[in-house]
Amino acid sequence: MARGPPTGPTWVSHGCGPRIAALNAIGCACIPVHPLARAPKALKPGPLGWPATVRATWRYTGAIAVIVTQGLDRWRSLSENQGFEKGHKSRGDIALELTGAEIFVRCLHDEGVEYLFGYPGGAVLHIYDALYKQEEVKHILVRHEQGAAHAADGYARSTGKPGVVLVTSGPGATNALTGIATAYMDSIPLVVFTGQVMTHLIGDDAFQEVDAIGITRPCVKHNFMVKDVRDLALIMRKAFHVATTGRPGPVVVDIPKDITAHKTSYTFPQDPTLRSYKPVREGDPMAIRKAADLLVQAKRPMVYAGGGVVLGNAAPELTELVRWLGAPCTNTLMGLGGFPATDPLFVGMLGMHGTYEANMSMHECDVLLAVGARFDDRVTGDLDKFCPNARIIHIDIDPASIQKNVPVEIAIISEAGLAMRDLLAALKATGARLDKAALDAWWRKINEWRARQCLQYDRANTEVIKPQFVLETLYRLTQGDAFITSDVGQHQMWAAQFYKFDKPRRWINSGGLGTMGFGLPAAIGVQLAHPDATVACVTGEASIQMCIQELSTCKQYDLPLKIVNLNNRYMGMVRQWQEFFYQSRYSHSYLEALPDFVKLAESYGHAGLRIDKPHDVEAALKEALGQRDRLVFLDFITDQTENVYPMIAAGAGHHEMHLATDRELA
Amino acid sequence: MRHIISILLENEAGALSRVAGLFSARGYNIASLTVAPTEDPSLSRMTLVTSGSEAVVDQIRKQLNKLVDVVKLVDLTDNERIEREMLLIKVCAEGDERDEIKRLSDIFRGRIIDVTDRAYTIELTGDGRKLDAFIAVLQSRRILEVVRSGVIGIARGGSACVPDAP
Ligand SMILES: Cc1cc2nc3c(=O)[nH]c(=O)nc-3n(C[C@H](O)[C@H](O)[C@H](O)COP(=O)(O)OP(=O)(O)OC[C@H]3O[C@@H](n4cnc5c(N)ncnc54)[C@H](O)[C@@H]3O)c2cc1C
Ligand SMILES: Cc1ncc(C[n+]2csc(CCOP(=O)(O)OP(=O)(O)O)c2C)c(N)n1
Ligand SMILES: [Mg+2]
Repeated sequence: MARGPPTGPTWVSHGCGPRIAALNAIGCACIPVHPLARAPKALKPGPLGWPATVRATWRYTGAIAVIVTQGLDRWRSLSENQGFEKGHKSRGDIALELTGAEIFVRCLHDEGVEYLFGYPGGAVLHIYDALYKQEEVKHILVRHEQGAAHAADGYARSTGKPGVVLVTSGPGATNALTGIATAYMDSIPLVVFTGQVMTHLIGDDAFQEVDAIGITRPCVKHNFMVKDVRDLALIMRKAFHVATTGRPGPVVVDIPKDITAHKTSYTFPQDPTLRSYKPVREGDPMAIRKAADLLVQAKRPMVYAGGGVVLGNAAPELTELVRWLGAPCTNTLMGLGGFPATDPLFVGMLGMHGTYEANMSMHECDVLLAVGARFDDRVTGDLDKFCPNARIIHIDIDPASIQKNVPVEIAIISEAGLAMRDLLAALKATGARLDKAALDAWWRKINEWRARQCLQYDRANTEVIKPQFVLETLYRLTQGDAFITSDVGQHQMWAAQFYKFDKPRRWINSGGLGTMGFGLPAAIGVQLAHPDATVACVTGEASIQMCIQELSTCKQYDLPLKIVNLNNRYMGMVRQWQEFFYQSRYSHSYLEALPDFVKLAESYGHAGLRIDKPHDVEAALKEALGQRDRLVFLDFITDQTENVYPMIAAGAGHHEMHLATDRELA
Repeated sequence: MRHIISILLENEAGALSRVAGLFSARGYNIASLTVAPTEDPSLSRMTLVTSGSEAVVDQIRKQLNKLVDVVKLVDLTDNERIEREMLLIKVCAEGDERDEIKRLSDIFRGRIIDVTDRAYTIELTGDGRKLDAFIAVLQSRRILEVVRSGVIGIARGGSACVPDAP
């Protein structure tokens, strides 16, 4: 991060006195403006884009430019007449004449952005120049734009704050796309800024031009193109607002290069709301009362909680509600940590690789409370066999999640936390409790299912390392308190099954898109957000190679990650499906010519360890965890034939699980 | 079932492609779609005709409402409504045919808006069925060109599809 002394303005945050002084000192114009004053809008495009005549005029006569200048002049005189409101010292009440690039950085700062994950290129060079001249917003230089998006995503998942990304036009934008789609599928708040070619070149197949708005449209919550520097600050503010409220999601802002050079006054916009966007917060009290009445009569209640509980910071409300009910609680892959895994009421993850007891409880429950979960096909299996005996209550912030895959009896459209708080109050208000005898009988049944010990594996093996053993040991040594990021495959499922998350935002993985390559860059974002925490990336030898270049980023920023590579020399998850459903024809799932990961780690400036005996596992993990200030790459040579159990084959019901004990499948 | 949905949309570049993209990405049917600015130049009014089971149409409404550019959505199917579509049709009209086609056009309350010695261009407004019927009647002649605007609709009575008060 070495750089020369700052040459431009040093922005002093909040309180305008010193800020004006600093800027005046370097000769910046400082125009006071009423916070609500808006520039008159220039010509606006309709839904079909700019009319051809406008484009032509703009490009060949510059007529539009004249209009813009006149508009600006009018606005300036207007602003000056408004006068400066004395004594009003909140953020954003002074207007400064800044370039788009400077406004960009200022806006990030005023938005409270700590880290910007990015990679430079032609279209964003003005912005990079503005970044160079300040210290407040820390830029993290990745090695591939996919890494930037995943790192911002890891930052967001582990903090609840939006992750922020800056990439250049064309290949910068397309490289970031996988990361944007990953965040979209898991409803993660990201704001991604893509550079764009200069406005007058758009549509000409200009150098490094790609229709970023078009290609990102199906995998963003919303996107914006900035067409006028005077709109930049407000669009940025709206982007953060949309990304972080309601059901969160990534928002892309496409900024043509010329916009970042144009100058205008800057005020931090106070009001980011959009008339067309009004996320719901609180649910219908009637529906909540009905839900309480139904729940309190349940004989075999079940709570199925998903990523919405984590996203909505509703773990405390969920925990309190479940404990009051005395009901079993299961989490989806995305919901892990939303309910403490060590609580006796927790029956483990459900779904394709969920526990026997969780899936059987789903199958046999009579009232199901679903919270912040979207009835994904990996969870429900065959919809015709899904929860055949249950009356379903669904709490979700997104109306479109309700009745999407499964019909429900009572829908509560609300923030998970608020809905559960009110639901608990309504339950207490009924004056009744759940039928004790029925609940006891229900738990006896569940405990019988538990006794099957569906996560059993060959613990005693002294010859080959069982991947589950590595994860159990990692859990024990970190006392369950580490941040665990994961890639995609068998190792991901084992991490979900064997690391017991008692707190939310500790389990960071790509569930919806299932993006191999996610784990390492995501861990970068997590470690930056939690510099003193233990951050381990559980990965496989195939996944890790999809973003391996980020080891270099880890070196640059001294990130002491622990990489737990469960190296089975197979794309294990693919191999498992081929074993079960393709008569063991292992078509292209074996990885030949693997690198020596120890040397690879060393060449990036990190430490590497190769472990191939079970009795070395604990010592190696201890050694690595003890290295507080350096990244250690642990290459565990694991059993090649191990499969993930239990397993529900695609299209089967929850009661049709295959356990490790009946190895035969299909 | 057929549904006719009215949408107020931000009059922004890209808003239309968001709606169109939603339908293709999620595999929803789209029978017709029309859009034009309203008296408020910042808003466009779209009328969309789609079909599907109640569950699918429920999802369509929710997914449309979820688009950040959608300011207001009303399913006109639930209301007493007026539907209109415009047809411009160019037919060969020579010799005896000319009177006959003119008569047919009058019966349907069409207007001949362009005339050459070989062809008429007729404008006709009504609901979809009426336009279908007129085209069917002219089918035996030589139709040169058919242009339909797609359906627009409005609810009867005093209620209006306008943005909610802030
Ligand atoms: C190899 C592999 C195997 C997998 N196997 C399994 C498996 O066995 N079991 C499993 O569960 N998953 C599995 N998955 C993950 C699966 O694909 C889905 O990603 C996951 O099940 C979705 O979790 P969710 O339902 O909690 O929804 P999420 O994607 O977390 O969605 C969150 C839901 O909560 C809502 N929401 C968001 N914020 C709030 C709020 N503040 N208040 C209320 N609601 C809110 C959203 O609208 C949405 O409906 C697997 C993935 C991979 C890659
Ligand atoms: C980018 C991407 N490509 C392909 C897949 C399909 N896929 C899912 S798991 C997997 C194998 C992962 O192998 P590895 O990382 O070694 O993990 P293991 O299953 O062996 O633990 C593949 C190819 C994917 N999820 N993501
Ligand atoms: Mg592998």
